[in-house]
Amino acid sequence: MGLLKAFRLEGFGVTLRQMFRPRLTTEYPKEKYDRPPRRHGRHVLNRYEDGMEKCIGCELCAGVCPARCIYVRGADNPVDDPVSPGERYGFVYEINYLRCIHCDLCVEACPTEAITETKLFEFSFTNKEDAIYTKDELLVGDDGRAKRLPWEHWAGPEDDHTSQWMRSTSSSGDADYAGRVNWSGELGFGVRPPETDAPAEGEVERRWR
Amino acid sequence: MIAQLDPLFETGEVGLEVFLVVAIKVVAAFALLLVAVMLYIWFMRKVIADMQNRIGPNRAGPFGVLQTLADGIKLFFKEQTIPSSADRPVFRLAPYLSIMPAFLMFCVIPVGGQVSILGRETLLQVVDLPVGALWILAMSGIGVYGIMLAGWASGSKYPLLGSVRATAQLLSYEAAFGLSILGVLVHAGTLSTRGIVADQYSTAWHATFTEGYWRPAILAFAIFVIAALAETNHPPFDLVEAEQELVGGFNTEYSGIRFAIFFLAEFMNVITMSAVAVTLFLGGPSGPLLGFLDESNVLNTWVMPVFWFMLKVVALLFATVWVRASLPRMRYDRLMSFGWKFLIEAAIVWVLISAVFVYVDDKDYDTGTTIAIWFGVVGAAALALVVLYLCVPKRGEQIEEFR
Repeated sequence: MGLLKAFRLEGFGVTLRQMFRPRLTTEYPKEKYDRPPRRHGRHVLNRYEDGMEKCIGCELCAGVCPARCIYVRGADNPVDDPVSPGERYGFVYEINYLRCIHCDLCVEACPTEAITETKLFEFSFTNKEDAIYTKDELLVGDDGRAKRLPWEHWAGPEDDHTSQWMRSTSSSGDADYAGRVNWSGELGFGVRPPETDAPAEGEVERRWR
Repeated sequence: MIAQLDPLFETGEVGLEVFLVVAIKVVAAFALLLVAVMLYIWFMRKVIADMQNRIGPNRAGPFGVLQTLADGIKLFFKEQTIPSSADRPVFRLAPYLSIMPAFLMFCVIPVGGQVSILGRETLLQVVDLPVGALWILAMSGIGVYGIMLAGWASGSKYPLLGSVRATAQLLSYEAAFGLSILGVLVHAGTLSTRGIVADQYSTAWHATFTEGYWRPAILAFAIFVIAALAETNHPPFDLVEAEQELVGGFNTEYSGIRFAIFFLAEFMNVITMSAVAVTLFLGGPSGPLLGFLDESNVLNTWVMPVFWFMLKVVALLFATVWVRASLPRMRYDRLMSFGWKFLIEAAIVWVLISAVFVYVDDKDYDTGTTIAIWFGVVGAAALALVVLYLCVPKRGEQIEEFR
């Protein structure tokens, strides 16, 4: 060892030692990481527990979107068969996934928790029409799950925690509200509990003031 | 004269059979080198990946063995471009000029012992030249032509800079390379590669240790390895293609199969140099045979020598990969001053010392005379080094003179 040091050849020992250490590579398509519950993926449009749509067509998501990928048109609810509780509903709702950067500002901007994101990121399309998701494709099904489109690769329960980011940033992202239920129920899931590892009320550090 | 080259020519007549045997040997050697390059590149990528906690190529074929083949096929079908300012014939010629010396150098390497092909006794090497060691030196020198002409013919400045570097580097290290071999030649008393191997091997495999062959060779081997790394533009001496400074070096303007040939030549050179090191220093194909079998058994004549040769080459190739994974690239001025001011001097002194080893062993002097000779030689070498040291200007002095 002394001789190696004298000639400054310790580096050879370093490289040799690395040969017997475990590999860090994750062979992606074969093995996958567990997705963190707050990951931003493909969007869904949520519905209330009674099946009514949450979207009220206010266009706040479209306004806040930095990539200008959301197109919304609101319309008055039909009186005899309302789509959403309240006066208006999202008549047209389109997201262009060629532009979306999955920043989730739309999720934070939404006043009714209508738009949230799944964990899905493995979706690739071969034409521009498929890239533009319409309201039909974005709206959750009757079981509260996202619709699975042919070009999307759903590996597992990637739509289990669709509203996690919304819940973790609810009430304008104020840390004081962490751990407090401050959101409405969802079709198929009911009222979701706060994040399990979120600090209890009163224990929150005021980090951003 | 020709009968001494190979037992194949002993009868003197050169018929169809002899011609076929020679042709088979040439084609087999070339194919062996090509396959070896393919496997070496895979091996290198895998080992470096291991040393960096990665997995490395694993998609094409079992364990990714066929990755190089896939890359080669891809390069073969890619478009080849020639810059408008290029010297077209030379530009086209350069890749072949760089690959041929690598193969020609391998021709004199003994891969195995004496075997019979088509009922003819022959040596398992393409040719056993009486000047084999000189042939190796000559071919390693000619190898620079391909790189130099490639850079010059590209008509572009980065390739030109790369090839200028290559030329300077190869010329500098050629001297140390030749001098490091000299000790072995002095000891073996022959230039034929098979003769050198035979001299190392004698009869018993442990003769390397008992007869002290390693004494004159040990430092020469170190110098040889360093110089050979520099000759083959292998890291840490790969300034020829320092991508941070020169884009891609001499091969910047090359694409498609011509680029692949340069690549092939580079790795072929590494393999050939390892084979040369095995031949000159590590006893070539010699090694313990299977004792429980007959001497003339096919395992003992064919398989075992080739196995030992391959084993030694693979061990050296692993060392080159290890060096590649461990050492950063040298700075250019340090490369030059290391080559000229240290390596060549060390090689000269070691030639002197190994000559004394051989002389003293030959003459069988008594202990007193031997010690006296040693003192004299070591003293002379030290004196020469001191004079050299005093003559070479120090860095500060040089700058003063320029002012």
